[in-house]
Amino acid sequence: MQKLLNDPADVVVEALAGMAAAHPDDLLVDMEQRVVSRRGGPVRGKVGLVSGGGSGHEPLHAGYVGPGMLDAACCGEVFTSPVPDQFVTALRTADGGAGVLHVVKNYTGDVLNAEMAAELLATEDGPQVEIVVTDDDVAVQDSLYTAGRRGVGGTVLLEKVVGAAAEEGRDLSGCAELARDVNARTRSMGVALGPCTVPAAGVPTFELEEGQMELGVGIHGEPGRRRVPLGTAREIAAALVEPVVADLGLRRGDAVVTLLNGMGGTPLLELYLMFNEVRAVLDAAGVTVARSLVGNYITSLEMAGCSVTLLRADDEVVRLWDAPVATPGLRWGA
Amino acid sequence: MTTLTAFQAWLADCSAVIEQQAEHLTELDRAIGDGDHGTNMARGFRRCAELAEEEQFASIDAYLKKVGMTLVGTVGGASGPLYGTFFLRLAGPLSAAPDVDARPLAQALRAGVDGIVARGRAEVGDKTMYDAFAPALEAFESALAAGSGTAECLRAAAEAAARGRDGTEPLVARKGRASYLGERSAGHVDPGASSAVLILEAAARTLG
Repeated sequence: MQKLLNDPADVVVEALAGMAAAHPDDLLVDMEQRVVSRRGGPVRGKVGLVSGGGSGHEPLHAGYVGPGMLDAACCGEVFTSPVPDQFVTALRTADGGAGVLHVVKNYTGDVLNAEMAAELLATEDGPQVEIVVTDDDVAVQDSLYTAGRRGVGGTVLLEKVVGAAAEEGRDLSGCAELARDVNARTRSMGVALGPCTVPAAGVPTFELEEGQMELGVGIHGEPGRRRVPLGTAREIAAALVEPVVADLGLRRGDAVVTLLNGMGGTPLLELYLMFNEVRAVLDAAGVTVARSLVGNYITSLEMAGCSVTLLRADDEVVRLWDAPVATPGLRWGA
Repeated sequence: MTTLTAFQAWLADCSAVIEQQAEHLTELDRAIGDGDHGTNMARGFRRCAELAEEEQFASIDAYLKKVGMTLVGTVGGASGPLYGTFFLRLAGPLSAAPDVDARPLAQALRAGVDGIVARGRAEVGDKTMYDAFAPALEAFESALAAGSGTAECLRAAAEAAARGRDGTEPLVARKGRASYLGERSAGHVDPGASSAVLILEAAARTLG
């Protein structure tokens, strides 16, 4: 795999330097702690919204910093959770006096580091912090015997919707309640057609023979439910949408916000083709697409494949979805 | 009696052996995780090994606390908080002692392993580092009860940890990223249990 790199060990910090250079009017980048925040600083009296995680999922999370979405994001090494000090810096940076909501994707490392950060802040007289964990991936059987479902595409939708509510002045407990509600009504399922290569490792995260696909793949190239022969787009769309619809308990007449997400290595041409198939499956189920988003929003480096995320929508969700947003990764109405 | 210098030698040994085994740890992690365990552990323990050259430490516990915080701050992933907590808790029972023998070391090891359990909420058989630490602690305590000295206790602990690590191979993971694989996680040795063995073998070489 050929990559645009200098020293593979510097990939995250050099990308952040580029991000700062590309968005000088909008973003501040703390290169030491690898925290990206809004140039104007925290908004007084507004609940701060923070997220973070391993790098390699761009534009998530740093690309969603800006009015209408996150106040700060911190970036770990590729596919590795940030450390507690980074979360502490991001949470402090985002504090406008009304407390901070910390959105954590459900991975053991992310959750442990976020918990340690919250413990550190509690002993340091820091801002009030609420942690909300996202776990929307239906590929993982949620049972006592796993680390639980993973946080994937639903995280993007949650950060948009809750970001809008925070911007409107909703308080910390209100934002946390909304975030948990959005997480509860969101599910995702992904497929990989090819692996990705972590720059520092230099070899693909998994092998996938020609003609095979990994159904239920995560966003770190970690395997999913099962390996099956590559199907047509129409068959793949059904294999992704049907478990999501079933798990959400969607019925005829329900409406959804739909994210058809590229994993980083699949062209937009194919993603739009897939969206058309996804919409056909939803049509057949009598589910209305209230709003849609198609593109690379939560990636897995250059992994080929896509994921489908459905958020059960009501008027309030659609209103918050439509609210203005101005970030490098998502921008409308502003 | 084990002195501060010996504990510093332990971390230097850990760093050297983890560096040497980094490829192997990453290879194990690629099979059932996300393929970064060796890189992350090497980065963290390298920083720990440098501490002794950069700073004077007044006591063993002050040094171990610094090691714990350094691991929490440099390793990342789940291993950072887990190994960090292990060293932070290890420090507790050793407070202000200029040197330690097998009994306080056993208390420290128990505190460290309890810390891992509290942080990671793992049980024996979940296919995690605890599957190496749990039998190691038991072996250390049994050897101590039988009248063994520090060196013998540590050797018993390292050997038990290695058996525990080997025992993770057929297990289906119930914690961490490997658990997403379900049945497919069986047939692979757990990377966390493997790095735990390296740390305990380094202890047997340096603290005895």
